[in-house]
Amino acid sequence: MSRPSAERTTHAAALVIKGGHVIDPASHIDAPMDILLRGGRVAEIAPPNKLTRGGEAAKKFDARGLVVAPGFIDLHVHLREPGQTHKETIATGTAAAAAGGFTSVCTMPNTIPVVDSVEWIEWLKSPARGAIVNVFPIAAATRGSKGGALTDFRALQLAGAIAVTDDGKPILEDSMMREALLLGGQLNLPVVQHAEDTRMTENCSMHAGAKSFRLGLRGMPSAAESVIVERDIRLALQIFNARLHVAHLSTADALKSVRRAKSAKAKVTCEVTPHHFTLIDDDMRDYDSNYKMNPPLRGAADLEAVLAALADGTVDAIATDHAPHAAHEKQMEFERAAFGITGLETALALAITKLYREKRISLARVVELFTAGPARCFDLPGRGSLAVGSVADVTIFDPTSKWAFHAAKSLSKSKNTPFDGWELTGKVMATIVGGKIVYVA
Amino acid sequence: MNSASRSLLSIEQLDAGEILKILKFARSMDPDRPRPLLKGKRVFLLFYEASTRTRTSFEVAAKSLGAQTVLIQSAGSSIEKGESLLDTGYTLRALGADVIVIRHPNAGAAHVMERHIDVPIINAGDGLHEHPSQALLDANTILRNKKSFKGLQVAIVGDIFHSRVARSACHLLSKFGVKIILCGPHELVPEIATTIAPGVSVARDVNDALHGTDVLMLLRVQTERLAGLKIDPADYIARYQMTSARLKMAKKDCILMHPGPIIRGLELTSEVADGMQSRILEQVRNGVPTRMAILARAVGKMR
Repeated sequence: MSRPSAERTTHAAALVIKGGHVIDPASHIDAPMDILLRGGRVAEIAPPNKLTRGGEAAKKFDARGLVVAPGFIDLHVHLREPGQTHKETIATGTAAAAAGGFTSVCTMPNTIPVVDSVEWIEWLKSPARGAIVNVFPIAAATRGSKGGALTDFRALQLAGAIAVTDDGKPILEDSMMREALLLGGQLNLPVVQHAEDTRMTENCSMHAGAKSFRLGLRGMPSAAESVIVERDIRLALQIFNARLHVAHLSTADALKSVRRAKSAKAKVTCEVTPHHFTLIDDDMRDYDSNYKMNPPLRGAADLEAVLAALADGTVDAIATDHAPHAAHEKQMEFERAAFGITGLETALALAITKLYREKRISLARVVELFTAGPARCFDLPGRGSLAVGSVADVTIFDPTSKWAFHAAKSLSKSKNTPFDGWELTGKVMATIVGGKIVYVA
Repeated sequence: MNSASRSLLSIEQLDAGEILKILKFARSMDPDRPRPLLKGKRVFLLFYEASTRTRTSFEVAAKSLGAQTVLIQSAGSSIEKGESLLDTGYTLRALGADVIVIRHPNAGAAHVMERHIDVPIINAGDGLHEHPSQALLDANTILRNKKSFKGLQVAIVGDIFHSRVARSACHLLSKFGVKIILCGPHELVPEIATTIAPGVSVARDVNDALHGTDVLMLLRVQTERLAGLKIDPADYIARYQMTSARLKMAKKDCILMHPGPIIRGLELTSEVADGMQSRILEQVRNGVPTRMAILARAVGKMR
C-alpha cells in the first residue's frame, strides 16, 4: 500500500547530535550515542565519538546531559483549522507542538467544516498552512461526522488521511461502526473511536460520582465509555483486519476490555491523555472549567487503572487531546463552557513527573509511549524510531530539569489548561523535524 | 473583610461558627423595625430563573435595610440578546452594584461571578447545587421550634437529586451533628447522596425515615421529572406522599417544613400542609430577617 509522504522536500543541512543519551525503544537502544542527520534522514548512529561520517556535518548540537529520542508523535490534537482560527491555527498549534517536543501531530476532523473530503485533506497538508511540524490529518469517518453515511475512505487515505474518526462524538450506530471497521479493514486504515454512549451523557459536564453529586452537576457514568469500547471490540473481533483505535481512554472497565482484546489478538490499540493519568474529578475546584473535558476526569480507581495500563502495555500511546478554546468560551457557567484543555506543551513533563519520577514506568517506556507506540497505532513508517534511514525527526529533552509551566507564555493561541503554574520536571530542549531544528528552549 | 469573604456562595464552605453568627444576627433582624444598615447601597437582584419567594424576600429584606433594589430578569434584558454571565456582572458593577444576588439555572454560576467580579455575590440558588439562604432560614425555623440542633433527626423526603435545597440543608445540618435521613426512590435519591456530608443516610421506606424524626422536610416533586425518570406519579404518591397517617410515624412534636412551592395532592396532602405541625408559612416569614442578615453581612455590617 502506498501512502503519500508528509516529508518535506527541502532538506536541512547535515546535523550532528553529540554527547546525548539516546533512548529509542523501537531499536532497543538506551545508551550514549551520537547521531548524524542528513538529507532529512537518520544517516548514522554510533557510540560517542565513533561516527564515521560525522565530519560531514557543518552543524553540531551539544546534547550532553540530555536524552535524545525519536520525534514525538501526538495521535490526537485539535488544531481548529479550518473554521475556528480564534482558538488555534495550524501555525500556532504546531508551534506549541514543537515546544512540547512533538514532531508529528495527527489532527482531528471536527473542524468547521468537518474534514470529510479530499479537498480539505489537501488543504490541511498545504505548505500555506505554516505548519512547523508534520501534520497527519485524520478524516471524518462519516459525512459531516453525522453518523449517516461513511466517507470515501479510499480517496481520503490516498490524499493523506492516516485514520478516520468522528471524534468529538462517537460512531454510535452498531451498523455504521461495523461498516467503518469493515472498510477500514480492507484498506488497513484505523478507525478511531471517541467512546461515549451519548445517550447516557446528555447535559452532563463531568464524571458521575460523589463530586458531581456534591456540585450539582449531571455526571457521565463510566459505563458510557465502557459499553462502546466493549461493543467495538466485539465487532472488531468478527471482522478481518479490523483496526480499532480507542481514543482518550479514561475508565478502568474500558481498559480491561482493551486488555482482553489484545490478548485475543485483536488489532486494537488505545491512547490515554496526560490529564487522565494526572488528575481526578475531585481535583476540580470552584467550577473551574479548565477541568472540564470529555471524557471527564474520573475517579481515583480509574486513574489507578490508567497507570496500571500504561505500565503493562495495554496502552499504546500518550496523546494530548489538545483542545484549545478562547477565554470567553471557557470563563462561563461550568455546564455551558466548552469541553477540552490544551496539552501539547505539558505532556512530556507530566509524563516524566507523574509516571517516571513516581516510579510507575521507566523513562524508556515514557519515550515509547510518545514514539514507537503511536507510530505503530497509525502505521507511520519511518517515524517513531532513530534507526538509520528513519525520518530525521528528533526530540531532545532534559529529564531532570525543573521548570514551571505558565499558560500565559504558551505558544498555543488558547490558554485553557488546569496546569497553569505547575512545577514540573522534564523539559524539552530541542525539537528537530526532517533534520531541521524547529524549536530550541 | 474583602468582597469574597462577604459573599455567600454555598453552605459547604461556611464553618459552623460563621453559620451560628449569621443565624444569631438574623434573629436580631426585624423587618417591621428597620435599621438603615444598607442605606445608600444598591442591591441588584439578577434572576435567570423564575422565583417568587426568594426574589421578593430578598427584595423586602434589602428595602427594610434602606437599600435601593434593582431587579434584572433574563426576559426583557440583554441576557435575552446573548450577553454572557460575566458581561452582565461587569455591567452591574459599572452601574454601582454593592451586592449582587443571583439565581441561575446552572450550578456554580455564582462562583464564576465571584471569581471575576469584585462585588459581594449572594447565591440565591444555582442549578442543582446549593440554596444557602434557604438553608439558613430553615435552620432558624428549626431553632425557633427545637431550641438546639443537639440530638436532632431530620428526614428529607422527595427529589433529592434535583434539589439545591436538600444539598444546602445536608451541609448545614451535618456541621451541627444532626442525623439526616434522605428518603425517596433510587432515581431521586441515589446512594451516592450519602457521601455529601457526615451523618447522612438513605431510607427507601418512608416509615423508616419518619421513625424518631424531629423535623420532616418535604421537597417539591415535579411531575415532568417523574415522567422523565419513568416513575408513575400514582406510585410516588402511594409510597411517599405525606399524609396525616404517615406523619404519626414521626415524633409527636415533629415539625413539617417545605421550601415551597408546594403541590397539594402530590408530595403532601392539604390536611398536612395546613396542619398543626406545618411550619411552611413560618419558613416564609423567617426568610426576610435571614436575608436581611445575609445582606448586612455582604456589606460588612454584621456585628
